Amino acid sequence: MPKHGFIYTISTLLGLALGIIAGLVVTKFAGENPLHVLQVIIHSAFGSRYDLGLTLFYATPLIFCGLSVAMALNAGLFSIGAEGQLNIGALAAAAVGACLPNVPGILAPCLALLAAALAGGIWAWIPGWLRVVKGSHEVINTIMMNFIAYAFCGWIVRVYLQNPASQNPETKDMGAAYFIRAHDPIAHFFGDAPVSMAFPIALLIALLLWLFLEKTKLGFELKACGENEDAAKLAGIPVKRLRLLAMVLAGALAGWVALPEVLGNVGRYRIGFSADYGFIGIAVALLAQNNPLLVVPAGILFGALHKGAGDLDIETEHVTRDLSLIIQALVILSVSLSAYFPLWWMNRRKKP
Amino acid sequence: MIKLLSILLSVFTLNAGAAPLKVALVLDKGGKDDKSFNAAAFAGATKAQSELGITLKAVETTDDTAVENTMRSFAGKDFDLIIGIGFAQAEALRKAATAFPAKHFAIVDADVNLPNVRSLLFEEHQGSYLVGALSAMASKTGKIGFIGGMDVPLIRRFQMGFVAGVKKVNPKAMLSTNYVGVTSDSWNNPAKSKELALTQYGAGTDVIFAAAGASNSGVFDAAEEKKVFVIGVDSNQNWVKPGRVLTSMLKRVDLAVYAAIQDSIKGKFTAGAERFGLKNHGVDFAVDQYNQALITPEMQKKLEALKAEIIAGKIVVPDYYKLNGKK
Repeated sequence: MPKHGFIYTISTLLGLALGIIAGLVVTKFAGENPLHVLQVIIHSAFGSRYDLGLTLFYATPLIFCGLSVAMALNAGLFSIGAEGQLNIGALAAAAVGACLPNVPGILAPCLALLAAALAGGIWAWIPGWLRVVKGSHEVINTIMMNFIAYAFCGWIVRVYLQNPASQNPETKDMGAAYFIRAHDPIAHFFGDAPVSMAFPIALLIALLLWLFLEKTKLGFELKACGENEDAAKLAGIPVKRLRLLAMVLAGALAGWVALPEVLGNVGRYRIGFSADYGFIGIAVALLAQNNPLLVVPAGILFGALHKGAGDLDIETEHVTRDLSLIIQALVILSVSLSAYFPLWWMNRRKKP
Repeated sequence: MIKLLSILLSVFTLNAGAAPLKVALVLDKGGKDDKSFNAAAFAGATKAQSELGITLKAVETTDDTAVENTMRSFAGKDFDLIIGIGFAQAEALRKAATAFPAKHFAIVDADVNLPNVRSLLFEEHQGSYLVGALSAMASKTGKIGFIGGMDVPLIRRFQMGFVAGVKKVNPKAMLSTNYVGVTSDSWNNPAKSKELALTQYGAGTDVIFAAAGASNSGVFDAAEEKKVFVIGVDSNQNWVKPGRVLTSMLKRVDLAVYAAIQDSIKGKFTAGAERFGLKNHGVDFAVDQYNQALITPEMQKKLEALKAEIIAGKIVVPDYYKLNGKK
């Protein structure tokens, strides 16, 4: 692939542009000026420090979820379970914060993050184990685990951890030391926007994951499981064990959505806080072609779409924020299609 | 001299009012077509639009994080009054109102204590008590049901008042209760609420009070299927299934929203909690051409008597908020 890397990149970018243009053209049929719509989206996503901060805030969980999905896909597993894992992870972090409010200093967020990673990892381990040992398909099982996660989180919050000061189903406040926002230069720079240290940490994790997959033996073996299971087996790679590892890592990554949401923003686990981060994460990973480094711009793009489309409700007559879903879908479609372009290009040159 | 001044002043305020007031309405899950809670809010705002000539922009929330952003965008533009519908927006509205102290805000069903926020609160338990009494009068089986939307203290308050009303008329009545769910999606899940209603009706229940926003339509469908009674909520829902809707527990969000807009126009906007109960017709039960045949004159007489007793303070309806240390 490196040989044709350039043409792949070009075609992906073309596909991306085509998807966005197609999404905007749709608004023409709704009686809006597509250029005006684009202007509203860009202005709303990047127009001020606050707007940019909110875009990055939305991008952070999307990056974590994109990394999670990419991690599993690299080992040949298609996990739809990030949404459930991030809920379980966020609940675990908030529960630790609510039940052990007196943990001092830097120890507190570390403990909460450990809990989030463990909880998300365990949640992903179940469908992972079912896949490698019992052979039942991970797509079905991760989807079902999402529903179990919703119900489980609802039960825990309502019965054990409900914040008595609120009507909304959410956990009690964490101890103050858990709140990374308090001493956070990023949060200060963006004014009131909920963005936090979680964003640069997400970038760091993406880099580490890339190094792991590209530069270590274990990462190579893991990718071999995804590329060709039989060949990997013949080469003596423990496919089952590595796939289980990939699944658990994917769960832990999704669980770290607790970092931007619980530790960096509200200090509580709120039922229904996720704007489908786990599902959009699948789109992010697909757009990034499972490359952890590309997950970052893909996550920011989708974060900007989500934030930018929010103002369409206010600025236009006929188009609502749901346009971001349309654009996302068209981008996925056209980027997937654009993967055929290089193949066609190369075959064309082979012909006499 | 004073007269002249006041005339001048009134001319001045009239001129100032020439640019129409810009009002933003941020609706809860379920949206303006839920025929219930949000529909009532939207009706109040559109009435203000046609009668008072305001500029109105209504949006529906999707995810909870987006509410604050939407309110800030409205406030950052030239909107004068921003109205949040539903307790779920309390935290977002508090932050937005703190960031924009010069703008007016109003919120339904939550008490946000800021100098530029009017909190519109309703005595839901009083109205629920009356429809509870009515359902006990109308029930033949003595089995009565309650279906709530999201399981939150607000809806528990409906339930507690309703149960007290039922027991007042028929202390032996059997009550069954279900909630659609615990997330805000519960306000808009008619499939689930229909299942719950069919189960309750199947067990012999012949009147259900449904306080579930857009999920109410599922209960209505079940009532039509089983040829039994249902009680609507918030808006007057008697017309939705004529003959099957015994009555509707009115929660006049429309009046509250309209008044907030009107006061803003007149420069009389006041912050603080404003309460709407039986006394000021903020809650009530609906009788119109669609359900007149279902309610006998004696029933109505009894209900009016109960209403008068509540207003006079002779009957104290149990209040879930007070009993659980809220507000």
